[in-house]
Amino acid sequence: MIDPLSVFLLLLAAATPILFAALGELVVERAGVLNLGVEGMMITGALAGFAAAYVTGSPFAGFLAAALAGAAIAMLFAALTQILLANQVASGLALTLFGLGLAALFGKPLEGIKAPAMMPGPLRINWIVWLGLVMVPLVWWFLNRSRTGLILRGVGENHDAAHALGYPVHAIRIAAIGFGGAMAGVGGAFISIATVLQWTEGMTAGAGWIALAIVVFSNWTAPGVLAGAWLFGGVTVLQLRLQAAGIRVPVQLLSMAPYLATIIVLVLISARQKYSRRAGRAAPGSLGQNFHALR
Amino acid sequence: MNRRELLVSVAALPAIGLAAPALAQTEPLKVGFIYVGPVGDGGWTYQHDQARQAMVAEYGDKVETTFIESVPEGADAERALTQLALAGNKLIFATSFGYMDAVMNVAAKFPDVKFEHATGYKRAENVATYDARFYEGRAVIGTIAGRMTRSNKIGYIGSFPIPEVVQGINSSYIHARKVNPDVEIKVVWAYSWFDPAKEADAAAALIAEGVDVILQHTDSTAPLAKAQEAGAIGFGQASDMANFKPTPRVSSIIDNWAPYYIERVGAMLDGTWESTATWAGIGDGEVEIGEITDAVPAEVKQEALALKDKIASGEYHPFTGPLNKADGSAWLADGETATDEELSGMDFFVEGITAELPQ
Repeated sequence: MIDPLSVFLLLLAAATPILFAALGELVVERAGVLNLGVEGMMITGALAGFAAAYVTGSPFAGFLAAALAGAAIAMLFAALTQILLANQVASGLALTLFGLGLAALFGKPLEGIKAPAMMPGPLRINWIVWLGLVMVPLVWWFLNRSRTGLILRGVGENHDAAHALGYPVHAIRIAAIGFGGAMAGVGGAFISIATVLQWTEGMTAGAGWIALAIVVFSNWTAPGVLAGAWLFGGVTVLQLRLQAAGIRVPVQLLSMAPYLATIIVLVLISARQKYSRRAGRAAPGSLGQNFHALR
Repeated sequence: MNRRELLVSVAALPAIGLAAPALAQTEPLKVGFIYVGPVGDGGWTYQHDQARQAMVAEYGDKVETTFIESVPEGADAERALTQLALAGNKLIFATSFGYMDAVMNVAAKFPDVKFEHATGYKRAENVATYDARFYEGRAVIGTIAGRMTRSNKIGYIGSFPIPEVVQGINSSYIHARKVNPDVEIKVVWAYSWFDPAKEADAAAALIAEGVDVILQHTDSTAPLAKAQEAGAIGFGQASDMANFKPTPRVSSIIDNWAPYYIERVGAMLDGTWESTATWAGIGDGEVEIGEITDAVPAEVKQEALALKDKIASGEYHPFTGPLNKADGSAWLADGETATDEELSGMDFFVEGITAELPQ
């Protein structure tokens, strides 16, 4: 009755913004930095991307601008936490509030304007959806198979040891934060350029927070992020499809399904870590801690 | 207060008994507003602010307005309302349902300040309520939807299962079925007033179910964007959403609060303000139907406009029997119309809607 292929196609699009943001945050957290400003970076990207797409008439220029803007605002967080050694949680929350406010302010003249339409990519699936899918193996390869990725993970696991080995802890973390910002920016721009086609204040509506949860859910792995984004996007899409199909399942149950599924998987993961001999990988060792060489 | 005003008021102190009433005559009436969203939301709050501006244009120097935007429903609202009352505003409009208790609390503390609460139901000596009969507009666009659908499936994105939204779904369906007996309605609840990404997903889910006309009771333009992608049509909600003309947006329901604001501020100026409960519709100009574009055939447009006129003149009520409830039980007998009490507590679908209504 509900065609699985059509659900899958909807799922791909629904999962894309959180997939980008969560992949970016994954790299940031693996470098040992907790950036709670994902929502702020996403909304910045949504605005900058929309503005650039409108001015140039090219959605692709919009996504490029979104990546740059997301990285730029992330640099603010990098300066606060890596140079001034401010608290990461507080700085991240500040970045979210700042990004939301700033985007609302600069977005005023763009309200009510429509974005240029986007040509669909291969198989009538949006190019950016494809890009998101390609980013998953790339990020996995970078973290697990490249030398730079190994160093980045080392910085995240134990920044004192990495420093003792001569690696520039702050420079690596700043680069990771910039990458996280760019990815969040593209994720946000997907909402404004490809989904809604308009700029509206607060349009990311909490997607950044879901992305943060998915990184934990993924157990800090790239395939896990994809699974998390698909699970979340999939359950969201499926519950709307079930409603649209008029299948009599209590709507409240369907609405809480994505969150319920998240809780169940988290319980399964922690159970596996507890009882399996090959303990799963937990959070990076230095996550959320600032590094100072003279400590 | 600047220095000059301070000097003037100090100078006036000895003669305050005589001078104060004379000053009050010439001073403008201060009117305050609190909005739930930003004035640029393009929907609900935007329309309230347009009405405020229209009211200022009407009375000019006689009024002075202040607004506070993006006030969350809850404790913050109480603070914002108190601030407005302390600043000397004599009439304060609170423009969202969730401000209800905050309004009642602040109104009790400032008995000489008048309050107007949109879409609420609690009133007091100095608290009036006002609302719009959105379901009248739904009847008109429901007619267009019934005529325009080729798949005989129309979709409705609901926000929350509250009476105001249920009225809209019922009214749309009743009038779509009237012109197209084969029509079916599919309902999806977004559980949000504003979540563009989710609204887009909801629209996509409806389209995947074969829906080709989408109605929405959520505030963003995301469903229209999805409709455009799929070649379906939709309607502007709360505001005109004119930049999706001529298609997918083929018409719209516009909330026009200006006549009400002008009337109520006028009553304050005349000293005739009383606590009232107003529920105005198309006939009062509070609910408007946006331009019906050329994507709609001329005869359908005529039919819709004729229905609009009949509702406006009071000749026709959108909820006129015979109508049964979805569970098959009788509701309205032939020719009987629904009372306002029944409508403001509406918690059931009418017969023919198979979707589930969460309770």
